[in-house]
Amino acid sequence: MGVNRGGMAPDTVISTDKLTKRFGDLDAVRDLDIEVRRGELVAFLGPNGAGKTTSLRMLTTLLPPTSGSARVVGHDIATQQAAVRASIGYVGQGSSGSPAQRVRDELVVQGRFFGMSRAAAGARADELVDSLGITPFADKQVQHLSGGQKRRVDIAIGLMNAPTLLFLDEPSTGLDPQSRANLWQHITALRAEHGTTVFLTTHYLEEADRYAERVMVMDAGRVIADDTAPALKASLAGDTVTIEVGAPHEAARAAVVVEEVLEARPTVTGTELTAAAADGARRLPVVLRRLADDGVLVTSATCVPPTLDDVFLALTGRTLREAHAETPTDTPQGGPR
Amino acid sequence: MTTTTVTAPPATAAALARPRPARDTWLVLVRELRPVVRDPFTVIFSLFQPLVFLGLFVPLLVVQTGQATAEVLTWFVPGVLVMIVLFGTGATGSNLQYEIMFGSHERTLVAPISRSALLVGRALKEVVPIVVQSLVIVAIALPFGYRADPLGLALGIVLLAVFGVGLGSLSYTLALKTKSNEWVFWAVQQSLIFPLLILSGVLLPLEGAPGWMRAVASVNPVSWVTEGERALLQGELVSGTVGAAFLAALVLAVLGLVVGIRAIRRSD
Repeated sequence: MGVNRGGMAPDTVISTDKLTKRFGDLDAVRDLDIEVRRGELVAFLGPNGAGKTTSLRMLTTLLPPTSGSARVVGHDIATQQAAVRASIGYVGQGSSGSPAQRVRDELVVQGRFFGMSRAAAGARADELVDSLGITPFADKQVQHLSGGQKRRVDIAIGLMNAPTLLFLDEPSTGLDPQSRANLWQHITALRAEHGTTVFLTTHYLEEADRYAERVMVMDAGRVIADDTAPALKASLAGDTVTIEVGAPHEAARAAVVVEEVLEARPTVTGTELTAAAADGARRLPVVLRRLADDGVLVTSATCVPPTLDDVFLALTGRTLREAHAETPTDTPQGGPR
Repeated sequence: MTTTTVTAPPATAAALARPRPARDTWLVLVRELRPVVRDPFTVIFSLFQPLVFLGLFVPLLVVQTGQATAEVLTWFVPGVLVMIVLFGTGATGSNLQYEIMFGSHERTLVAPISRSALLVGRALKEVVPIVVQSLVIVAIALPFGYRADPLGLALGIVLLAVFGVGLGSLSYTLALKTKSNEWVFWAVQQSLIFPLLILSGVLLPLEGAPGWMRAVASVNPVSWVTEGERALLQGELVSGTVGAAFLAALVLAVLGLVVGIRAIRRSD
């Protein structure tokens, strides 16, 4: 299929050029320049109000951009909306299934919306009902489902057209841990089996860390970092190395060694020294050997790998949790509309 | 997991990008009717209110006017049919509003179907409950001596359907504009419906009303539709009253569809 129109590399499914959305005086999204390749699992990570959902709503043609442009699966989001809509799957923050409709009916209708015959839509619906474990509630009305069941139905609806690109907006919000794990199992299986490109937003950093192979950190309308989670952590945060020495007077001597080996100045509190360093796990044994040679008694040593929260802290000077606290109102549709 | 089977590939993006308003409207219409078909009693249950009016108002009117029940019904039943449309179809936007808040409306906005079909399909769906409920009300009134002209009844239902498509579209427009502010929807809806109802002479005749009331009623399309409905059900098939009623209903339908389609195209 002609996905290579508009100068996109053949394996590029999303590319944006200075995509911007302004709501009054607020720059919800500023100069977004991203590129997503076929088969990637990309997570937009950031606090509420960072512009994640607004970006997603522009890419899915729900919201016209104020300026800039974007191509999604080869189609311009402003001038070829119908073609974009025909090419993607979308799971919003709310429920995709209509409350009064039965689950299977909604799946079939979705297939019909995508031009499938009744038979083809029915077969596809049965396939998804089976593979997503929907069978026990396939004939129930959507309004009678639990949160986890509803989310599975949302995913099934989003997959009816077997999209090459699936957008998921906060897919796991409001789910219990078991449903969340279950949901992620399906999302990762989807990629493994069909090579579907998955582009999602989340404010759960553990999720982005664990499942996404590429994380775009967003804050105040901008993407401020874009890399794999390990690379982000290695380059921006580093491991937290903590050493406890036997006596306070040894802490000063130890600090010199720690700074030399870790190339980071430790903070000293009593007998405890803490420093953040890239590759800390590899350097810690060196520190310990040097301290032993110097006759410094080390009573404990830990090395904690960084989290994406540390990355966010390094990038913005505040933790993701603090950033959440700044915008306590979690508007369901992602800010001003 | 058994997702290995490959079903028929969906139509290509290019083919889907071509507008298919008639097919899309049909899909939306059928989808909207499906819960009604699956659970037909919802249509019957919503007849409770008009039946209360019929049961409690008609005896009062019989006493007050000194007319026979059959005679009062001849005047009152057409008004009740208009009232069904006014209350039922006038509130139908709340279903869309619920879907806006629930999230399912957003999903249909991202689907490759024409936006206008999302509104027109919904508006046309209103015809079905109107037809069913009108026939049930007439059937219930029959044992009490009520008689309607068959052809007039058929035309009367067509009139109500056109009126309902217009009113339904306006109700959906209100939902699209008020989005998740439910109370605004109901505040506007209720503050319009009751004056429209009372100033249409559905419940009480307006002949003895103060001049200003009659003046307002004379520009109230509901009042025109009510008078047309009364004429039709009594067998007066071709008259100025009937023509004016159809004109009022048609203007309302066109107006409702135009503003409704504009609103849903801008919906996000």
